[in-house]
Amino acid sequence: MCGLCGMLGGEHWTEEAAGAGASAPRRAERLRRVGFANTVLVHYGLRLDDWQGSSYVLSSRTGRSEIVATLVDAWQAAERMLGRGCDPLEPALIERLEREA
Amino acid sequence: MEGSAATPVNIVTGFLGSGKTSLLQRLLASPRLADSAVLVNEFGAVGLDHHLLRRIDGDVVLLQSGCLCCTIRGDLGAAIRDLHSRRERGEVPYFRRLVIETTGLADPVPILATIMAEPVVRHHFRLGNVVTTVDAVNGAGHLERQPESVKQAAVADRLLITKTDLAPAAAVAALRRRLERLNPAAPLIESDPARRVDPEFLLATDLFDAAGKSAEVRQWLAAELRRPGAPSHDGHHDVDRHDARIRAFCLRHEQPLDWTAFGIWLSMLLNRHGENVLRVKGLLNVRDSERPLVVHGVQHLVHPPIHLDRWPDADRTSRLVFIVRDLDRARLQRSLAAFNRIANPAAAIVR
Repeated sequence: MCGLCGMLGGEHWTEEAAGAGASAPRRAERLRRVGFANTVLVHYGLRLDDWQGSSYVLSSRTGRSEIVATLVDAWQAAERMLGRGCDPLEPALIERLEREA
Repeated sequence: MEGSAATPVNIVTGFLGSGKTSLLQRLLASPRLADSAVLVNEFGAVGLDHHLLRRIDGDVVLLQSGCLCCTIRGDLGAAIRDLHSRRERGEVPYFRRLVIETTGLADPVPILATIMAEPVVRHHFRLGNVVTTVDAVNGAGHLERQPESVKQAAVADRLLITKTDLAPAAAVAALRRRLERLNPAAPLIESDPARRVDPEFLLATDLFDAAGKSAEVRQWLAAELRRPGAPSHDGHHDVDRHDARIRAFCLRHEQPLDWTAFGIWLSMLLNRHGENVLRVKGLLNVRDSERPLVVHGVQHLVHPPIHLDRWPDADRTSRLVFIVRDLDRARLQRSLAAFNRIANPAAAIVR
């Protein structure tokens, strides 16, 4: 996705609040998003952290890390680090989420 | 989230000879398009002479209907940005809608991507209805042989079967069934030179139109009733056929969805499989929101979600209409449910 989103004031769709009254403050919602993403990323040995409320840092157990702007960028960076695809339709990932989530 | 003041952009696409130009000629003459600008590949093909009011410069002419008509020279993004700056500077009449004609051989997705993702364009314009012409005489053959033709039909918001006066009724009916399977969410309109086309319904009634958005969502949901998974009646089951690998289906999720978990799921799905998700349109029952949320996307791109004022019917189930190539419905359904359990571990597992 485009790195200019922030500069031009456009919010990525995954960062939009769903509730009409935006029940959770933006920062709290962001941390919740990071927590949920980590439930998935642990499957690949990766971890996402919030970076100053404006970006995310994706890191691997071997110490590689990359700053990303959006969730979409995070999936792309994860695939680069892993050298393979991160597929939400992969049976092992689905079974893990069914078992552990 | 509440809609947008951005200028809607309609795409008129369709295979070579499918009647795009005839449709454009009829639209250009319509007073309903008086405050629109139209980007065409070349003036000559549209035959503007008898509509012409004045030539603004080499690439831009003003028509008697009030419609502005421009040629696309080279890059589409640059053509739109140029038109936008001319409008801002008052060099061309103010237009409230932009209509783009694609070339017949074009894969429409990069054009949709330009509108939805090009950094400058997407701040001033938004994607409106995609209108696809399919001709009743040659359309079935194009769908069989030309992958672009299948994509053009699959991404459509309105499907127009043209030249119905030149084809046998049985052929028109078979084409209609085939298009309904390929893209059950798009209303199908049969057209011949004697029949009036309604520019409003083709171009303007969409998700952002306050009066039209609820009706538009009802159209998608009616797709479920047309049972797109039903077996073909025309006897064609050749897996090499370009449209045989493309299927439409509707996922349903009974419990309210968590928007954050849904965002993680859809962003991951489109990152990995966006190439094969030709279109996704959904009406979601989201936790913490009284009103339903509408999402729609094309391949890797998703439009920011929109709230509807009210549910279009009594059903509060989340429904997602997918038009995909080579993706399995049951797997998608199970994956969606598994991801939603991240936010709601008590939710049922879907097998």
